[in-house]
Amino acid sequence: MTVNEILTWVRGPAMQFALVIFFLGVVVRILEMWLLGRTPDLSLARRSGFIPGLRTVFHRSIPAPGLLQRQPLVYLGGYTFHLGFFISLIFFAPHIQLFYGVWGIRWPGLPAYLIDFVAVVSIAALVALLVHRFVNPVRRYLSNGGDYLAWLVTFLPLFTGYLVAHESVLPYAQMLTLHILSVELLLIVLPFTKLTHSFTLFLSRWYNGAMAGRKGVAS
Amino acid sequence: MSEKDTLLDNLGRHGISRRGFLKFCASMASMMALPPGAATVMAETLGKARRPSVIYLSFQECTGCLESLTRSFSPTLESLIFNAISLDYQETLQAAAGTAAEAAREQAMKDNYGKYLLMVDGSIPTRDGGVYSTAAGKTNLETLEDAAKGAAAIIAVGTCAAFGGIPYAKPNPTGAVPVSDLIHDKPIINVSGCPPIPAVITGVLAHYLTFGALPELDSNRRPLAFYGDTIHDRCYRRPFYDQGKFAKTFDDAGARQGWCLYELGCKGPTTHNACATTKWNQGTSFPIESGHPCLGCSEPGFWDAGNFYSALSTTTAPLGAWSGAAIAAGAAIGLAAGAASRHTQKEAKQAHHVVTAEELKNKEEQS
Repeated sequence: MTVNEILTWVRGPAMQFALVIFFLGVVVRILEMWLLGRTPDLSLARRSGFIPGLRTVFHRSIPAPGLLQRQPLVYLGGYTFHLGFFISLIFFAPHIQLFYGVWGIRWPGLPAYLIDFVAVVSIAALVALLVHRFVNPVRRYLSNGGDYLAWLVTFLPLFTGYLVAHESVLPYAQMLTLHILSVELLLIVLPFTKLTHSFTLFLSRWYNGAMAGRKGVAS
Repeated sequence: MSEKDTLLDNLGRHGISRRGFLKFCASMASMMALPPGAATVMAETLGKARRPSVIYLSFQECTGCLESLTRSFSPTLESLIFNAISLDYQETLQAAAGTAAEAAREQAMKDNYGKYLLMVDGSIPTRDGGVYSTAAGKTNLETLEDAAKGAAAIIAVGTCAAFGGIPYAKPNPTGAVPVSDLIHDKPIINVSGCPPIPAVITGVLAHYLTFGALPELDSNRRPLAFYGDTIHDRCYRRPFYDQGKFAKTFDDAGARQGWCLYELGCKGPTTHNACATTKWNQGTSFPIESGHPCLGCSEPGFWDAGNFYSALSTTTAPLGAWSGAAIAAGAAIGLAAGAASRHTQKEAKQAHHVVTAEELKNKEEQS
C-alpha cells in the first residue's frame, strides 16, 4: 500500500469506522444518563427550573470570584485552547470543505495565517497546561491516565494539523494521513473518556441550576 | 539509418548540431539533478551510443501514452533521441504490418536477447487466463512473460503499466495488474502519468544509454529526478494556498485571478510529478496553469482516491448512512442500558429494608 492509498483509506473506511464508534458511543452515554431517571419532587416546585438552569450555565462558564487570580494559567490556558481548537476546526478553509462535503453547507473561512496563529497559541496553551499538571503537586495528585489520554488526543489533531500546513516534518500526504488518523482517534476515544464533557458540559450545568431553581435556592 | 550509425550521426542527419546536442545533454542532466560532470559524460556516451533495440508492448491502454510520446514533442531533440533508438516493435504503429511485425519482434528479441529495453504501455488482465486482451492470438500475459525474459530492463510507461491505472480501478473486471505484479526478476522503472511527460521518458532513456543503469528511483520505482517533488511544492499558485486564497468555483473571481484550486479538488499536494516544472506541449503550460485542478494521475490508485473535484480534506466514502445506522444502534444499546439500570434501581428499592424504631430498640436491648 502506498502513502496515497493509505490516505484514501484513512479518508474513507477509517473515517466511517471512527464516526460509527463516535455516534454510537455518544448516543449510548447520553441515553444511559438520561434514562437513570430523576427523583420525584418531595415538595411543590418553587418555580420552573429552565431559567435558573440557563443562569448556572452562564455562571459556571466564567471564573468564580478570586479564582482567576489564584489560578490564572488554568483559566486562561483552558479558555485559550478551547477557543483555539474550535476556531481552527470550524474556520479553516479545508475543514469547511469537509463539512460542505458531508452536510452541503459552508461558511466563510479565516485566512490561513490567522488559523496558524490560533493553532500555535492553542498548542502553547495545551503544553503549558500539561507542564502545570506535572509541576503542581495537587494537580499531579488528582490526575490519572484518563486526563493524560484526553490531553494527548486533543493535542495531536492540533499539532499534526499545524505540521500539515507547514510540511516541515513530513511531506503533505504523510502528515495529512497522520492528522486525519489523530482526528479519528479523538472521535473514537471521546465518548468513553472525560472528553464526553463536550456533550454533557452544558447539560449538566443546566441540570444543576434547574434542580436548585425548582427547590427555590440560588442557582 | 543503419544499425552502426551513432546517435550523433543520426542527429547530424536531422540538422542537429553537436552544440545543440550538448545543450540537450546539459539540460537533461540538470533536469535529472545529476552532478555537473554528468552532462559531458552523457554527451560522450550518448553521442557514441549505437541504437539499442527497444520493444514497445501495448496492453490494456488507450494509446494516450503513445500519443504523448510521438506527437506532442515531434519536432524536438527529444523525439530524435527517440528516432535514434531502434524501435523494433510497436504494434499500434505497426498494426498494418500484421504478422511481419510479429516476426520482427521475435527476431529482435532473439538478436538482442538480454540486451533490449522493454517498454510496456497498459495494464495486463489476469482474470480467466488473461483472455480480456490479446494480440496476434496471444494474451498480454503470455506476451509480457515471453518478452520480459530477454529484457535488460523494463520501462512501464504510463500509470496503467506502472500502477494498473483505469483498468485496475474498482471493480477491476479484467483482473488487471501492473507490470511489477507479474515480473519480479528484472529491473522495472515506472514512468507514471496519464499520460507521462514525454521528456521524462526520453530522460530515462538518456540516463539508461549513458550510464547503462536505471536512474535513482523512489519507493514506487519512479525516477526521483522527475517524481521527487509534489506538484504542490513546485506550483506557481502555491503562494495563494499559503495565503488562503482559493477559487470556489471554476468561474468565480478567484478562479479568474488564478487562485489556488485546492477547494476544487486539486491533488497537487499528494501527487509526485514534474508537470509544474517541465510542463506540457513544449513547455507551454500544465493543467493547473490552464485552470484545472491536478487529478493526481501519476499516483497509484488515483481513480479510486475519491471524487476528482472534492478537496483532499474531504472524505472518500459516504458517511450519512453509516452515521445514521450508528445513531440508531446507539439508541438501541442506550435504551437497553437504561432499562437495565432501571431494573437495578427497582431491585435495590425492593431489597431496601426500612428500619423501624421498634427494631432499633430490640437491637439495643439484645446488646
